[in-house]
Amino acid sequence: MTPGSAVSVSPWAWDLDPSADDMVLRLSGSWRMQDHLPSPTEVETELTRASSARRLTFDTRGVTAWDTGFLVFVLNVRAAATSLGLTVDRSGLPEGVRKLLDLAAAVPERDTKRGGARPSFLARLGASTMSALAGARAMISFIGESSIALAHAVAGRARFRRVDLLLNIQEAGANALGIVSLISFLIGLILAFVGAIQLRQFGAQIYSADLVAIGMAREMGAMMAAIIMAGRTGAAFAAQLGTMRVNEEIDALTTMGISPFEFLVLPRMLGLILMMPLLTIYADLVGILGGAVVGVGMLKVGIVPYWNHTWNAASLADFAAGMIKSVVFGILIAIAGCMRGMQSGRSSAAVGLAATSAVVTAIVFVIVSDAILTVVYDAIGF
Amino acid sequence: MTPSDSNQAAPRIRVVDVTMAYGDFVIQRDLNFDVARGEIFIIMGGSGCGKSTLLRHMIGLLRPAKGDVRYDGASFWGADDDERQRMVRRFGVLYQSGALWSSMTLAENIGLPLGEFTDLQAAQIRELAALKLSLVGLGGFEDFYPSEISGGMQKRAGLARAMALDPDILFLDEPSAGLDPVSSRLLDDLILELRDSLNCTVVAVTHELASIFTIADDSVYLDAQTRTMLAQGDPKKLLAESKDPKVHAFLTRGGQEAGAVPTGRRAGAKA
Repeated sequence: MTPGSAVSVSPWAWDLDPSADDMVLRLSGSWRMQDHLPSPTEVETELTRASSARRLTFDTRGVTAWDTGFLVFVLNVRAAATSLGLTVDRSGLPEGVRKLLDLAAAVPERDTKRGGARPSFLARLGASTMSALAGARAMISFIGESSIALAHAVAGRARFRRVDLLLNIQEAGANALGIVSLISFLIGLILAFVGAIQLRQFGAQIYSADLVAIGMAREMGAMMAAIIMAGRTGAAFAAQLGTMRVNEEIDALTTMGISPFEFLVLPRMLGLILMMPLLTIYADLVGILGGAVVGVGMLKVGIVPYWNHTWNAASLADFAAGMIKSVVFGILIAIAGCMRGMQSGRSSAAVGLAATSAVVTAIVFVIVSDAILTVVYDAIGF
Repeated sequence: MTPSDSNQAAPRIRVVDVTMAYGDFVIQRDLNFDVARGEIFIIMGGSGCGKSTLLRHMIGLLRPAKGDVRYDGASFWGADDDERQRMVRRFGVLYQSGALWSSMTLAENIGLPLGEFTDLQAAQIRELAALKLSLVGLGGFEDFYPSEISGGMQKRAGLARAMALDPDILFLDEPSAGLDPVSSRLLDDLILELRDSLNCTVVAVTHELASIFTIADDSVYLDAQTRTMLAQGDPKKLLAESKDPKVHAFLTRGGQEAGAVPTGRRAGAKA
């Protein structure tokens, strides 16, 4: 069955005499979806040539096989004939076709047209401003609800399962060590390498140890851990909570009088916020190790001078600066992930959107807050 | 079951010695029954007896531990993957929860199989989808997403999708579950209408008695305790003639005679 032969030998045939008063549409052969059925417009053009005809009848005695594709054809012909003012007599159609036509007409088509004219620019501007405001309000109320849940937890009255908290700690902590090690080791390596190329020009390549130590402790350790956790854990939170929303699990908690904020959001947020500083200090150390590999292996700085420079360059205050950032990042990632999950719509597409949006929101929050904190640190001389 | 259909040599579906099991755990053993062309066949039984599992074995989602299913005499599980794919394409399946693809509109849900397996133009697919939706009483809902319509409407849209390719055999998993009595009755009428006008064979899993007596031509009763089929036949005849206490209890809602005044008695009819 090549397409060419299918076109030349159609399994169906139709024939209409437009001159008669009582037009008969004679149909024969096989009328199924895969038979390349004729376009109804061909029949329509024939119908418009009819001058005196008042009625259209069907003769389908020659039809050997049909399916709903035939039904669509008949519907189109009928619509065209009716719009031309013809009376359509369907008694010549097969019984099954008549039954299906009745069935299709049994429930009148509802007018469900939506939208209509495109709103004006001002209307659209207003609508998107309103939705941005609603989003901001939703975020504030989410933060409020989570704070209340946290206050309950501090007072020891929050309802959540301790094992959930431990599982989240494991998921956001121990299970993330592998990827955090790899990324921060490479970041330390890159910092040392880029620094060394510049510093070598005036023979100060030993100072790349200082660069790596301060860079990792104040900035890159917390930042890299945050980016990894946003992609890994923030997205997971949004997907889990979104799926629970779809399955009505969150509704089930609410109707049982258990706050989903305490039961679902709190253990996730606490798990991530508790683990972020630990991941950060770990990332700092692995990053410094990565820098040392470049320093000792490539720059031929001995291990003892490298160690001394690192030790003298980075103070505890530098590490503390990074740790404070990491706590802020942890809070922001947890808020972004849980908020997008709780706000998710009730379809699989909405869950995907929630996960994507959680990662994007978290990374934006992290970078913006990092910039703000850096300026603040500078202002207070920290 | 028209007389002309019985001339066909092989029954539409023949289940041969099917044993279903998860590992060593046998769900049902030694099932044997035929489904004739154009009839509505009900798989009935209490909760957890393996009705839906049997359906999944018949449509190729699960492989039987033993035995085979034959369609028009051709082995289904003995066939290679390509052949089985071709056989599956003649099936339409309505899943228990509708299983509409939530990221697509109703028209796209129905249009997807048409686009994949026919060479119809987009406009024709759209028209066919609109027609199928109006057949199930959802005319005008083409551009709605599944989440925007009610559960009963999702069921009907699922039926419209199952009929997308004008299947030879329609498999329905709990078609009336979660529907109110009136909607459930309308769905039964719809199934009868579609069977009569499109001439397909229907295999339905259900335990709704009202539905069973309305639409069934033939049925099989699966039992959870003995893990095999206890009866086969027209449920109305089974009700009148079956001596098996379990089958009788099932068809009379736990021992009451049909039409008798409910006494609140529960005559040992555990599903």
